[in-house]
Amino acid sequence: MLKTVFKGKVWKFGRDINTDIIIAGKRKYDTLDIKEIAKYAFEAINHDFSKKVKDGDVIVAGANFGCGSSREHAPLVIKALGISAIIAESFARIFYRNAINIGLSIVECKEASEKIEEGDEVEINLEKGTMKNLTKNEEYHFKPLPLMMTQILNAGGLVPFLSENNGYQIKQ
Amino acid sequence: MAEKILSHVAEKDVEAGDIIIVDVETVFAHDGTAPLAFEEMKKMGVDTFFDPNKVVIVTDHTTPSPSEKISNIHAFLRNYCRENGCNFRGVGRGIGHQLLIEEFVKPWTVVLGADSHTCTHGALGAFATGMGSTDIAGAMAFGKTWLKVPESFKILVEGELKSPVSAKDVILKIIGVIGADGATYMAMEFFGETVNSMGISERLTLSNMAVEAGGKTGLCPVDGKTIKFLAEHRRKGFFKNLKPDQDAYFSKEIAINAAELEPMIALPHTVDNVKAVSEVGELDVDQVFIGTCTNGRFEDFEIVAKILKGKKVANDTRLLVQPASWRVYLKIIERGIAATLIEAGASINPPGCGPCIGRHLGILGDGEVCLSTQNRNFKGRMGNEKAYIYLSSPATAAASAITGRITDPRDFYH
Repeated sequence: MLKTVFKGKVWKFGRDINTDIIIAGKRKYDTLDIKEIAKYAFEAINHDFSKKVKDGDVIVAGANFGCGSSREHAPLVIKALGISAIIAESFARIFYRNAINIGLSIVECKEASEKIEEGDEVEINLEKGTMKNLTKNEEYHFKPLPLMMTQILNAGGLVPFLSENNGYQIKQ
Repeated sequence: MAEKILSHVAEKDVEAGDIIIVDVETVFAHDGTAPLAFEEMKKMGVDTFFDPNKVVIVTDHTTPSPSEKISNIHAFLRNYCRENGCNFRGVGRGIGHQLLIEEFVKPWTVVLGADSHTCTHGALGAFATGMGSTDIAGAMAFGKTWLKVPESFKILVEGELKSPVSAKDVILKIIGVIGADGATYMAMEFFGETVNSMGISERLTLSNMAVEAGGKTGLCPVDGKTIKFLAEHRRKGFFKNLKPDQDAYFSKEIAINAAELEPMIALPHTVDNVKAVSEVGELDVDQVFIGTCTNGRFEDFEIVAKILKGKKVANDTRLLVQPASWRVYLKIIERGIAATLIEAGASINPPGCGPCIGRHLGILGDGEVCLSTQNRNFKGRMGNEKAYIYLSSPATAAASAITGRITDPRDFYH
């Protein structure tokens, strides 16, 4: 069952954070071990990010997060680092899909993306579509995900979702 | 056009915003994404493909293998494909997108690939989009996927392109205007008299870069040229023409006047950082790379050879050339184009993605400048975070290889 409330400390990034920044292409061909690849996450813009980040932390970014390649390694390394959710003004569509498919929570919220700063502590309620900035004592609202995506997230990702439904044998 | 294709595939009228489950006609993954897809398939409890004839695996991203680890991944893929009976294209065959275009893609179908540039196939009128390995695993296992029907973005291109200005300049101009997220979640639909007069190779260049503006796919009309291309490439048969309805609704629109267009260039480190080549000023280039799924086709090398004929690449510049497939390679040899390029000083890489993804065959040094015909210039893309990547048409790349600095190809094209 999906955890719907998260609390964590924020790492703030800018806009157009692309998949090469999240994890360089050259890192992904060397091994199939995601934990190993995750050590190099964000290496181009935040040195030693993987050592600094703590379980449950949250990434907040500007528009078009995850643009670029289709590499699923991008959300996978973020999940492997223990990041509980990503909040951005908007996401690139392949990244958006990939995140849901691997059970990584994502939130599209312009206001939160603009107002939250690095180091703030936030509490997100996915079901209600609300977010509290505990540091700044502010509250932001967002549109919860469409049904199909909630179902996939609830199942724990696309793999368990398809296993449970024998492929796409679901009632639409 | 996106709604028309998806309505056809879903066998019911669908419109933007609908979430639908559709049959997938062709599904593809490469050496960077297939291992993860097979692993996910296993986790789904499925060990066979829904239809092995419709599954294509290509080792194109690092080929031939530059390391033991990658050789092992390639061996795993080769064995897996042999055991499961799917299509496998290995060393020397070419870039997955080009091979799919030459052998598999059909209009009015859904094509999925575990690679963001799968939008390329929209040039043949397929609803083609890139997905991650898990989605691709689902499609390989069950032959279906779920899609949100995208809104459509009308891109009207009219006026005659003045050679050597080409499709690459058109798409760079478009991305420069609408931005890297200007078409996020949308189907970019290219049409107008300029698109009609383009050959398939140029249409592929347009569709290939749709994802660089956030597009879900990049569609071109299906017309006589498409049908002829398919017939010449093992897909004889009846394919209905595709064009937008007179009263089609578009949520965004842009019009490009091709007649006024100059050669364009994208500056580091984003694809939407676009200027006219004439505005760049003096800038030395260490490496020029001509190839990729964007511009590695016969027509691209034809124009490059025209510019390079009887000339030499500048002393301090290296020119790398890489055909997108073995068919392209063979054709440039047969037509004498390869000889022209080699005489000018070019080094020809074997068919594949090559230096575009920064793994081998032309990694940049610290502070070096590369002018490439590829589709993406992100920091670190070509294997070095301290290098600078500029994107242009094959003509601009060829002219710049001669002078050793960013050069307007109109000075060399008569």
